[in-house]
Amino acid sequence: MQTLSVKVADIRQITPLIREFTFVPTSGELPGFSAGSHVVVEVPAGERKQRNPYSLLSDPRDRTQYRIAVRRLDESRGGSQAMHANVDVGDHLELASPRNFFPLHSQARHHVLIAGGIGITPFMSYVAELQAHGASFELHYAYRGGLTGAFVEHLRERLGAKLHTYDSEAGEKVDIATVLREQRLGAHLYTCGPASLLEAVREQASALGWPAGRVHWEEFAAPEPGVPFSVELAKSGRRIDVPGDRSLLETLEDAGVDIDSGCRGGVCGACKTRYVEGQVEHRDEFLAEDERGTYVMPCVSRGCAERPLLLDL
Amino acid sequence: MAVTLNPVQTYRDDFTFRNSPEAIRRFPFPFDRDEYMYSVNIEPATPGEPGSIYEHMFDVDEHYRTEMVERAKVLEEDPRRCLLMPHMEQAGWDLLELIMTNLSHDYPELFSLSRDGDRWHWRNQALDIDQTFTFGDASTLPQEPMEYITRQMQGDFCLLDQRDGDLFMDAGMVTGPADWSMAFDAGMGFKEWHAPVPVAHELGVFERALSFLLNLQIGHPVRRLNWTMTVNPRLDTSPETFHRWGYENGIVTPENVAQVLNLRVELQLLARLPRSNAIVFSIRTYLISLEELVTNRDWACRLHRVLRDLPEELSDYKGLSDYRQTAVDWLAQFDPEASASRAG
Repeated sequence: MQTLSVKVADIRQITPLIREFTFVPTSGELPGFSAGSHVVVEVPAGERKQRNPYSLLSDPRDRTQYRIAVRRLDESRGGSQAMHANVDVGDHLELASPRNFFPLHSQARHHVLIAGGIGITPFMSYVAELQAHGASFELHYAYRGGLTGAFVEHLRERLGAKLHTYDSEAGEKVDIATVLREQRLGAHLYTCGPASLLEAVREQASALGWPAGRVHWEEFAAPEPGVPFSVELAKSGRRIDVPGDRSLLETLEDAGVDIDSGCRGGVCGACKTRYVEGQVEHRDEFLAEDERGTYVMPCVSRGCAERPLLLDL
Repeated sequence: MAVTLNPVQTYRDDFTFRNSPEAIRRFPFPFDRDEYMYSVNIEPATPGEPGSIYEHMFDVDEHYRTEMVERAKVLEEDPRRCLLMPHMEQAGWDLLELIMTNLSHDYPELFSLSRDGDRWHWRNQALDIDQTFTFGDASTLPQEPMEYITRQMQGDFCLLDQRDGDLFMDAGMVTGPADWSMAFDAGMGFKEWHAPVPVAHELGVFERALSFLLNLQIGHPVRRLNWTMTVNPRLDTSPETFHRWGYENGIVTPENVAQVLNLRVELQLLARLPRSNAIVFSIRTYLISLEELVTNRDWACRLHRVLRDLPEELSDYKGLSDYRQTAVDWLAQFDPEASASRAG
């Protein structure tokens, strides 16, 4: 895959858990991107490379730098840990070009953004874009004071009354039902953050009769670990073991198999792969029911321990 | 290779349009076998052989001035050939940037661009244009950015907005269509504007193509060829002007078929636009008369077989049925098998 070479120009510890990284191109300009885009960052983690998607925080009009923010997760399989531990100012990294699976909707009359914790990141570029076009929006930002509220002060300065903050340390909680009930026709809803928030927002929206097409979300779907299993590649006859803490996609990449990928979270469909034999534990949100007997999304889904999965690769 | 531009010819009235031997040599003959059926024939738009139509992202050829004069005439009569919904302005800027940066890089003898932040200076020597403007501020250009740049660019352009798991035809400059209308298709989704195409729906072609395009990445454009036929080298075969060209399907005779009938090939390019997340769909049309085409004997023989064996419904859809037999009969002389069976 074609990648962008960047240099780490700056690292800021914004909260005890969150670090912001600034990347500049090693030559020329960076490609423009649309609000809500992410890049996949290749980070050295031991002998392997860890590839993780991070939303771009920077102003989409700025071609001189990209910024991302990474929250350290203790249970992380290496991605965020490696970003925190192994990446220093001056390091060179490879990024996959920006892609967008969480774009602004062109037909929205009003944009309602609900962020939880590090889920604020895609909304940083949203805010820059919406303000540049004078679009109507409001941002609801729930966080743990002192830990995950990375951009509260910055946003307060820029947004004024458009920003509503909820600090769980102070016992504040976003009342999703009220936020949604007050919206007029033509509003679109976007949410990003922990799975519990996304679930609550989607449930509430559905209960209040919001059409599904007006509710958009992006999950930070790191692949969950599972049992080890093995795959066989039908075309080459290779057999590859997938450890419990690596995704099938990562293992194929480690083994040098050429495979496209996009969101790395089971949403976009880019890594969709045909399988010929075996059983799949489907964990994606992309495949239709009738495709699940034929295709697997290796970024999140896994085989089973009993017998190898035969891939059409 | 520097391109030599022809003086202005015509795609209407007296039809003085002609291809030079060089234009014939680089013509994108679309058939790689002796028969034709729909397929998702999409390939990465990687740079091709020097001198070929694939050398650069956008091909500028000897007909550049002729095509730009034709576009201006069409727009003068019917400004609605250029449509842009308000939410597509960002995509228009993306397109302007893509075209200006590529043309100035690929054809420095014709086009130049210098940038100082948002202050851009664009020069188009072929059309004698010298424009300074502020990128992102449409009031500093004579027209909105999509119209401005596509008035200087061969081929039709559509800008597709991506939303709701679909692509919507929400902007376009379409002055040389093969019998379709931007004004009619405006606002339609991918399967809606493809609805009239026969057979391909049953083959699942559009579902696969759409799901592929929704994932199109910045910096990884793709292309495909499409084809039909046109009587006279007429670029503007739109429903809006059907009264001018529709009857011409009936004027083809064994005596004039070689001169009046043209193979019409579209080089379609699809690229993700970075700032808007829209997709640009460009349709660059190449015309070649049968007389010009048969100077390549392999093409002549193959076109004979493709036309002879083309399924009826494709022939009807492409509007070839009035003159197909006449063309097949004339082309048979270039097909050794057909001539042999006739002689026998």
